[in-house]
Amino acid sequence: MSLFIQQVLNGVMLGSVYSLVALGLTLEYGILHIPNFAHGALYMVGAYLAFLLATYLGFNFWLAMILSMIALGLIGVLVERLVFRPLMLESPLSSFIAAIGLIFIFVDGALNIFGPDFKRFPPTHIQVFHVLGITITFQRIIIVVVTIALIVLLHLFIKKTTMGATIEATAQDREGAQLVGINVKRVRMIVFALGTALAAAAAALISPIHLVHPGMGGPVILKAFVIIILGGMGSIPGAIIGGFIMGLVESLSGGYISTAYNEVFAFAVLVTVLAVRPTGLFGAK
Amino acid sequence: MMETAGKLFSPKSLMVLILIIAAFTIPFFVTSRFLLHIMILCCIWAMAATSMNLIMGYTGQVNLAHGAFFGIGAYSAGLLILKLGIPFWPALLLACAITVVLGFLIGLLALRTKGSYFAIGTMCFNVIVTVIIDSWEGLTEGARGLLGIPRPPPIPLPFGKEITFTSVAANYYLILVSLLLTILVIYRIVHSMMGRSFMAVRGNEELAESLGMNAMKAKLLSFLISTFFAAWAGVLYATYIGFLSPEISDYHVTFELLTFCLIGGLGTMVGPLIGAFILTIISELLHGIAVPRMVAYGFVLIIIMIFLRGGLMGGARLLWLRFGGKGGR
Repeated sequence: MSLFIQQVLNGVMLGSVYSLVALGLTLEYGILHIPNFAHGALYMVGAYLAFLLATYLGFNFWLAMILSMIALGLIGVLVERLVFRPLMLESPLSSFIAAIGLIFIFVDGALNIFGPDFKRFPPTHIQVFHVLGITITFQRIIIVVVTIALIVLLHLFIKKTTMGATIEATAQDREGAQLVGINVKRVRMIVFALGTALAAAAAALISPIHLVHPGMGGPVILKAFVIIILGGMGSIPGAIIGGFIMGLVESLSGGYISTAYNEVFAFAVLVTVLAVRPTGLFGAK
Repeated sequence: MMETAGKLFSPKSLMVLILIIAAFTIPFFVTSRFLLHIMILCCIWAMAATSMNLIMGYTGQVNLAHGAFFGIGAYSAGLLILKLGIPFWPALLLACAITVVLGFLIGLLALRTKGSYFAIGTMCFNVIVTVIIDSWEGLTEGARGLLGIPRPPPIPLPFGKEITFTSVAANYYLILVSLLLTILVIYRIVHSMMGRSFMAVRGNEELAESLGMNAMKAKLLSFLISTFFAAWAGVLYATYIGFLSPEISDYHVTFELLTFCLIGGLGTMVGPLIGAFILTIISELLHGIAVPRMVAYGFVLIIIMIFLRGGLMGGARLLWLRFGGKGGR
């Protein structure tokens, strides 16, 4: 029983990180229709930014996380402006290839600057709690709490502010939004900044537990794509719930069956869902 | 385009003829084994990219499991030859058949979905296939890889002669002929009623169905044909290189093929060929420069994507329209 609860807790922790990355991706892909495969590479850049801020400049965890969110948001805006905006009117496949180009630039760039070795985050929040035979570290609690806070903030931003309303309008109908005078280019910029900032938050949260290395974005971006398809394209609740499903499937199958086939189980869930509902859990028919 | 394709001595067919002759004579004046090796790789990738073009470019289904089918074909052949001792030619056919059967099962499930759902669904299949190849050590040797897959055995000819596949040039001819065959078959399909039905599905699936077409059947057929040629290319890769590791079925292979198609020009016969040849050669040339290779490659991809709409073929067509509009007719 305690193994089960332990694995569920791990799954919730992993699911939080996946949710944040998938939320950013669903903003970029579901709303802007940019299949941004470089989202995982940007997540990796976010982790390095937080790592550098925390080790070389000695900032504490929270400051490093917030600064890396801001910095990566700016990088996201730059990427959108320089790479994806010229491809705005092209087929999404063109953006896909451009995103693959970005992966090469970021991942190989990081490999050349920082080397292939794994970087360890300075230890923070290392308190450990033992409750009913279950071990849980403080960092894991922080991950879940911060994720929930960010999700609530994002929800409030989209539902309660004018800027959020323009994003929703653009998501529903780009031309309609343009007709009523919404600056779609600005919306794209904001959405990209938000998406990449969420990726940086996820990266900063997980890097004290997992290590920081140039290839860390690869498996995460695959799962994020699976999650947003699982939840339904462009659906924010879909991305959140999909993220937690993915995290739970991964940790439970890893705990009870085998970690070697980890990805097979996670992706088999998607294949099963798509076989039953070809537009995902929350997708429009 | 259709009218000129039929004539024997139109500039287009003349150009094709010259290119084919040039391709066949290359081993006579290129003596460097390394250059010939690159040409062979170009041909294998061109074959896989051309087959991907059928489902993606002409049928409009973004199939991101193509690298997996390439890998399944390669591994099936490798295992059939090494573990069961089946000779090359039956193994080639069997490997293609195995891949097509698997493709049928996957296609039946995946083709129910559309657009991005299909793209990501097939990508999942690709990852699953790679993980299985990597983890099923009893069958595939896992990450150690399959070593020592032999080259094709000699083909006996009358009068006691035979065609052997020991030299690089002989392998080049085998792979070149396979590539030409692939191009020919896919060209014929694209210019037949079957190809028209594929393109109708690409244009508008609902409309095609309302005209009484079976869109699922068209998609599945296109999927299976492209799978077949992907597997064939995989088998040739396996026996030419002689070594397989799970990375050969990885989704990065799929992305590479996709890049070839898009850089060259998706939905054109020549595009995937140009993409495969140019990018394979560029990535070899970039070995020599000081900038990190993949960073430079990334910039090349982005710049081509932004400045050459519709890939190199799209760019060439624009130039043609601007400067040579009356030529070719």
